[in-house]
Amino acid sequence: MDITTTTLIELRDAIAAKKVSSVEVTHAYFDRIDKLDGALHCFNETYREKALKQAEAVDTGGFAGKPLAGVPIALKDNMCTDWGHTTCSSKMLANFKAPYNATLVERLIAAGAVILGKTNLDEFAMGSSTENSAFGPTRNPWDTSRVPGGSSGGSAAALAADLCAASFGSDTGGSIRQPASLCGLVGLKPTYGLVSRYGLVAFASSLDQIGPFTRIVADTALLMNVIAGHDERDSTSADAETSGPLPDYLSALDTPPAKLRLGVAKQYMGEGNDASVAKMMDEATAIYRKLGAEIIEVDLPHTEYGIPTYYLVATAEASSNLARYDGIHYGHRAQQADDLMDLYAASRAEGFGPEVQRRIMLGTYALSSGYYDAYYLRALKVRRLIKRDFDQAFETVDAIICPTTTGPAFKFGEKTADPISMYLNDIYTVNCNLAGNAGISIPAGLTEVDGKKLPVGLQFLGPDFSEHKLMRIARMFERETAMVYAMARPGM
Amino acid sequence: MMSERLTDAQVRHVAKLSRLKMDDRRVHFFAEQLSNVLGYIGKLNELNVEGVEPMAHPTAMTNKLREDVEHPGLSRSAALANAPDADESFFKVPKVLGESSGA
Repeated sequence: MDITTTTLIELRDAIAAKKVSSVEVTHAYFDRIDKLDGALHCFNETYREKALKQAEAVDTGGFAGKPLAGVPIALKDNMCTDWGHTTCSSKMLANFKAPYNATLVERLIAAGAVILGKTNLDEFAMGSSTENSAFGPTRNPWDTSRVPGGSSGGSAAALAADLCAASFGSDTGGSIRQPASLCGLVGLKPTYGLVSRYGLVAFASSLDQIGPFTRIVADTALLMNVIAGHDERDSTSADAETSGPLPDYLSALDTPPAKLRLGVAKQYMGEGNDASVAKMMDEATAIYRKLGAEIIEVDLPHTEYGIPTYYLVATAEASSNLARYDGIHYGHRAQQADDLMDLYAASRAEGFGPEVQRRIMLGTYALSSGYYDAYYLRALKVRRLIKRDFDQAFETVDAIICPTTTGPAFKFGEKTADPISMYLNDIYTVNCNLAGNAGISIPAGLTEVDGKKLPVGLQFLGPDFSEHKLMRIARMFERETAMVYAMARPGM
Repeated sequence: MMSERLTDAQVRHVAKLSRLKMDDRRVHFFAEQLSNVLGYIGKLNELNVEGVEPMAHPTAMTNKLREDVEHPGLSRSAALANAPDADESFFKVPKVLGESSGA
């Protein structure tokens, strides 16, 4: 058995059956990390000693029957762990040791998971390429001259390079789905409120959601069984009345939804798409037609307003959420300051990178007196219109089928000169965050650029709490393509 | 209003509200960049939003309250553990009141 190329469920089962020990598995992953992460920089920090202790506890029977017993996982470095550091890839929090575990972390530990380390991200989750990390970028394992996407680039690259069995990211405007597309993985953004945000360092509180990266849909289903559900400590966590009873995400995965109707929106199929994406969409829709799905045209007329809306709403919320970084309670403090105000201003200017400062400024401006109505309030109204588009579409289709990104991974430095060109990377992902509904990206194509194979992702957008149905829809594609895209790997 | 270029003075004002220190070069750089981004955001003016209810949040839930029962919080030492400057009891800050407080 090749430990590091085995899927999550198979690995979990092998450990449970004692075909392999969790300690052996953990060593195998650390060996790969030692060998490859120097060049890739997926990890900000690894926890060899603690991970081996966690693995030992599983091997000595401590987590018998638990759903993730012994399986090595990586976490994005904006998720609080009460060991190691939680840096958000920012100088502001370079030395920060969280005094508590995020709910996600608590649940993973209770399920027997082994936590390998914390992965690199765009600073404070603000970015689409991981180039905004204060600690250096992460390289895409498929082509190391290209970005892995962002902001959860480290988590995506780590799994793509088989440095972990699964990983977690956060998605505020596409930060799980876009890197999943660029790295050839399954990436799910759950419905807002389905997964607790307690212990996730806040960027934009009405948009942030935690979600998994896996190679195959079934593995995502397993992880959702562990992490989804109401959490009292997150007041935005969906209660039972809001979410309805949660399914066993693993059940009936291979049963396609009956009379499946998939929506295609012209706003996602325009000339901005790379030829590889257009080809992937043609092939995907042909597959679903062949499998008996009805492909229906839907109209999402406010799609093009998503990016400007997002860059007002998210930045406004970020300006508020990042106000807590004042150099007093934790985080970077400037050595030199004339007085208290100067201390705040200097600490923040030194601690935050340019993209973070840019977004705080934008958000502050949008909320400031005299501009609030014209910017922030207007954006909230457009947000309502964007949600209405989805609600109307979902009256006639079960899910929307569309690309995740306009093309495969781009090169380092290609989009850093103009913020807007970087922001446009999220064009197919942001509206789902604004509306709050569920979205999943699965690997669905491989294109060759400069002699290297690069993945492209296929996205399904569904109504609130439709994750199980989206997984069953995605499974149809996996089975019909004999998992060829799911199992494709960069040669590392 | 939405298509105006930001002046350096406006940027300085926003920087002050944001509690971000920046030199003149950076102020000017941000004035350029933010003006470009705001220009793009001006697209939102194309839409008629009259009568549309603002959507601040995807959830229909309202304030979630719990029973007013004491729960343990962070210990003092845990709360102070990451402080850049503290004694055994308190976070230490520069003088808040007085002429030089800058407030």
